[in-house]
Amino acid sequence: MKLTVDGLLVYFPYDYIYPEQYAYMLELKRALDAKGHGLLEMPSGTGKTISLLSLIVAYMIQNPHNVRKLIYCSRTVPEIEKVLEELKNLFKYYEKSQGEMPNLTGLVLSSRKNLCIHPEVSREREGKLVDGKCHSLTASYIREKHERDSSVPICQFYEGFSREGKESMLPFGVYTMDDLKQYGADRNWCPYFLARFAIIHAEIIVYSYHYLLDPKIAEVVSKELNKEAVVVFDEAHNIDNVCIDSLSVKVTRRTIDKSTQALQHLEKSVAQIREADAARLTEEYERLVAGLRDAAAARDADALLANPVLPDQVLDEVVPGNIRNAEHFLCFLKRFIEYLKTRLRIQHVVQESPAGFLKDVSSRVCIERKPLRFCATRLSSLLRTLEIPDPSNLSSLTLVTHLATLVATYTKGFTIIIEPFDDKTPTVSNPILHFSCMDSSIAMRPVFARFQSVIITSGTLSPLDMYPKILDFNPVVMSSFTMTLARPCILPMIVSKGSDQVAISSKYESREDVAVIRNYGQLLVEIAASVPDGVVCFFTSYMYLESVVGAWYDQGVVASLQRHKLLFIETQDSAETSFALLNYIKACESGRGGVLLSVARGKVSEGVDFEHHLGRAVLMFGIPYVFTQSRILKARLTYLRDNYQIRENDFLTFDAMRHAAQCVGRALRGKTDYGIMIFADKRFSRADKRSKLPRWIQEHLKDSLCNLSTEEAVQICKRWLRQMAQPFTREDQLGVSLLTLQQLQSTEQQDKIHQQVIQK
Amino acid sequence: MTTSSEDVLLSVSHVRFKKGDGTLYVMNQRLAWMLENRDTVAVSHKYADIKTQKISPIGKPKVQLQVVLHDGTCSTFHFVNPAGADAQAKDRDQVKLLLQDLLPKFKRQIDGELEMKSKLLSLHPNLKHLYEDLVISKVINSEEYWNTPTLKLYTESNNIKQEAGVSGAFLADIQPQTDGCNGLKYNLTQDIIDAIFKTYPAVRKKHSDYVPNKMTEAEFWTKFFQSHYFHRDRIASSSSKDLFGECAKMDDHAIASAMRHTTLDLTVDLPSFSEGAPLADEEPPERGDSSIHRNMIKRFNQHSIMVLKASHKTNSSSNSNSSNKTTNNNKVIENGVKETNGVEKRPSEEPVEGPPDKKRRILEKLHYEDLEAPTEDPETQELKLSKVERYLLGPSSQVNQTGPNTNSPPLSALASICQAWSSGQQCSRPARVSASACVAALGELSPGGGLMRHHHAASMSQLIPADVKSELHRIYLSGGELIRELWRSFPAPGATDAAAIARAHGFYDALLRFRNLKLRPFEVNIETNILSIYTGCYKITNKA
Repeated sequence: MKLTVDGLLVYFPYDYIYPEQYAYMLELKRALDAKGHGLLEMPSGTGKTISLLSLIVAYMIQNPHNVRKLIYCSRTVPEIEKVLEELKNLFKYYEKSQGEMPNLTGLVLSSRKNLCIHPEVSREREGKLVDGKCHSLTASYIREKHERDSSVPICQFYEGFSREGKESMLPFGVYTMDDLKQYGADRNWCPYFLARFAIIHAEIIVYSYHYLLDPKIAEVVSKELNKEAVVVFDEAHNIDNVCIDSLSVKVTRRTIDKSTQALQHLEKSVAQIREADAARLTEEYERLVAGLRDAAAARDADALLANPVLPDQVLDEVVPGNIRNAEHFLCFLKRFIEYLKTRLRIQHVVQESPAGFLKDVSSRVCIERKPLRFCATRLSSLLRTLEIPDPSNLSSLTLVTHLATLVATYTKGFTIIIEPFDDKTPTVSNPILHFSCMDSSIAMRPVFARFQSVIITSGTLSPLDMYPKILDFNPVVMSSFTMTLARPCILPMIVSKGSDQVAISSKYESREDVAVIRNYGQLLVEIAASVPDGVVCFFTSYMYLESVVGAWYDQGVVASLQRHKLLFIETQDSAETSFALLNYIKACESGRGGVLLSVARGKVSEGVDFEHHLGRAVLMFGIPYVFTQSRILKARLTYLRDNYQIRENDFLTFDAMRHAAQCVGRALRGKTDYGIMIFADKRFSRADKRSKLPRWIQEHLKDSLCNLSTEEAVQICKRWLRQMAQPFTREDQLGVSLLTLQQLQSTEQQDKIHQQVIQK
Repeated sequence: MTTSSEDVLLSVSHVRFKKGDGTLYVMNQRLAWMLENRDTVAVSHKYADIKTQKISPIGKPKVQLQVVLHDGTCSTFHFVNPAGADAQAKDRDQVKLLLQDLLPKFKRQIDGELEMKSKLLSLHPNLKHLYEDLVISKVINSEEYWNTPTLKLYTESNNIKQEAGVSGAFLADIQPQTDGCNGLKYNLTQDIIDAIFKTYPAVRKKHSDYVPNKMTEAEFWTKFFQSHYFHRDRIASSSSKDLFGECAKMDDHAIASAMRHTTLDLTVDLPSFSEGAPLADEEPPERGDSSIHRNMIKRFNQHSIMVLKASHKTNSSSNSNSSNKTTNNNKVIENGVKETNGVEKRPSEEPVEGPPDKKRRILEKLHYEDLEAPTEDPETQELKLSKVERYLLGPSSQVNQTGPNTNSPPLSALASICQAWSSGQQCSRPARVSASACVAALGELSPGGGLMRHHHAASMSQLIPADVKSELHRIYLSGGELIRELWRSFPAPGATDAAAIARAHGFYDALLRFRNLKLRPFEVNIETNILSIYTGCYKITNKA
């Protein structure tokens, strides 16, 4: 349908529309008009992606000078593929109704692993290996060598691309990973470099968060992107953690050992080159003296996506004298590594600021801040000079140089914690140096500053007011949308006590209590007995899952569970989990039914959808608080309290509730879907927890459902399931949760939609 | 029905059957009895039809022998040799011994089939009625009856046995019982053993290796229950003493190889979900296999996977869901694109299997069924009824049918056959039936047609008593079946197959016989208001 959103003609590739989609577009348009940032929450399964795409594409077509580019960031590869298919769908609709595709190009950028078509390289399953092998075939010096000696292998696809590909532009249209590969294979061009090249001109880019948030990659990939762009972060409920992870470094003893090895290897090759071809090293030195930074832009293949970002003023400076010489630099690195080694040799926990760390470095091994800051750049320059064919085994050393650069660059918002051992195993010495970012706004700030509009959206962003604080930005739009429903297709319940009236809770004092574990087990067994097909359970942590499963085995819960459904459990090995998951789906599809025990914050909870029969009920056993004894977390909490006036408890609850919502939200993936959501912890019924659930869940969480015992919950489930099993037709939805164009245009409906939007 | 060509193995006179004295002949193929001074055989049972023989206990005044047939009827022969009880018993024993020899020979060839047939008949009263009406009244013979499509449907579908799956909790269900002192007793049934073998091939292998050469069955299972393999909370002892230590390893291997050979659906492929941050020096978390719980969790997963596999093995061919796609052409397709080596372009028409499948999955995921306009898809619009009968006749006619699975839908099938016929009418047929006759028949038989209307009216108005109604129903079914068979046996267009024509003739005759035997007497019995149904029937029969 073609609809008008606040004066903008939007092509929407469906015949019907949900009221909330229209409301979402209205808000989104306000943000674009104001050239500001937005924070929008809308339940999963209400067509967020297509609403975003149709509005922004329409906006781009009609206001080409205001918005030139759409950068769509999503979290997982399947999500990215879904976005592209939706975009394709939209383009097809444009073609159908206008006769031609819009003059826009949309494409995906992904890692080499996903895009490589080289017959041998692409066979590698691990991303790092693909990168390394690719590098060893496409680096500029390898190609030079090939010119002299044709027996040196190179990548024909890269050659093909560099010969012909750079002159031509991708024709208008949408390119998924497979399309790119096909396009590349047809022309003998490398799809990866094609995509890297094409994103500069393409109007719509879809890629993973890292390409924009991780400064090390962003600098290489996204530096030249247009400023007049809309950036969308989908599934952004975890964005602060992504930001923090991208700037944090963890150094273990193993890292040190490996980098020492790498260093020795480098020394050897430097010595060799010194003998064989001293001119090369001298040339590099001369270049560094002249302050000519490497002409990396011309040789983009060399750039391993791994240069830490530096503030601009650093980039303008030249590499300091004492590390210009290759031997000197290696020596310098050796000293630094030795220093790290001594720091790891401790008996008690040490926490200090980057400034203190720098001071200590300076006094103990006489390393100044400035050369430290150039470590990463200097290393990559050296690697290029040395023509190391496959730098992937130098990753530890690279990591150390990143640590050096980061610690010397940022003084605020970071902390250094050195732990001599794991808290769980205090006898085993396993020292770790955490260089941890505490301020998620550091990685976000350049994005907010650079791009015109940044839209942060997800199914679960409640409470909304937390995000502007921790990401430090001022949104012009901040809204939460509910889901209009023609039938109550979610059944959230808080089960606070077992059938023996013992309160159930995963709080620390009672989590190992036999009665609590038994009650959890009983609840699960009863649910498994009365709910068809798939049941998914989330535990607060992997450790808790393990101990509960052990206890359940002893109590016979596992046996009675197996009588009803097949049991699958998430493990820490993701390949194993994938296989279990596959079989869980099989079990659900074959009619046997399955129970999946999983972990909040785990991979399953973040990336796998359990739509329809794959997840008729989701149970959340306990409140998924993050492990509060962690020193990194404590440091972060203190930092948040001091700098952003966020109380520790507020943040912890916020974090726990967004994960709980994320877990239970896995079950509902559309309006025709339905699912039970059970929060099995007494503490969920408290107002501070309940009010932090997304609005679309809160609306259905009536007071009568907030303090149930196991039996009551099961009774309610049974009744509700019978109700849900009734046929559900379009007519039931129409006018309530589904609108035709006429209905949408009626004033009554318009008023309703405007009322629905809650602005905070 | 002469017996001249057969050898008479034994003849015993002075045998009474149904108050008539006569002679019992034990022949090559059958058992026969002839009334005294008559030429015709009054009783003749093929051995193949005989299920068992029974004799009266010694000491009873009457010396009798009874043969029970497969269809449940039986014939009792009373030995009345005037020479006295001893001679009677001797006669009887002679017959008995001979039969004892003979019966098993025939039994073997035919037993299974017969057993199945009789079971089928007893399970489905509908079919039994049909059988009685058509075969026992000699309208058609038994072979023809079993060859009708309706019956084929039953016999064939029953042949594919659905194997029972394995309960997920079968191991847990083996509850040990204390035997009073310090021992534990496990009750093992064959089912459980089967389940164990099916789920754990490794145990089966062990079993075949060790039993009965190295240890007895009982010892083997004792060891099994003692092993950590059964008690999952125990850690595998590395000592070689444990018989099943290897089994766990074999399972691990099996699962690992299954994991390697399974292409994961993109929605569950966790490792490739994220685009790894290049900086992170990721290494797998230390795998403490020593942890009891972790090991146990692994075993639970394996157990479920194997249970699932065990029940999937049998019907794996039937459903290949998109999720359990196991493409074994990984070699050909690398990363979604066919292997090319620069010079040769891939042939464009060759389908790349991976991506479209993936694409379909993605499209499936993002499909909002309620947002799209209803599409007119002819294939999905087709009405498919599993119980056509219920649909056509309404529940009232179901009253007299007991079993829930009485789906012998003669009417609709008939209608559909007619339909197929009339649609394919353009081509000239050997003039057995004209197109118009077919269409007319169709009209009569389809809902709303004369036949149906009357039937409905009758059943709704409850004018006829229940027994008449059931009788009507029976006759209707039988008639339908016959007519259907008649349609079926019409030769294909163009083919002037004499045999087929003969068959058609045969059925036509059968139909006439049916009319004479069943319809006429029935007709006399019932009221005039439902007569028209049968005139409808006649019309068809006459047309044919």
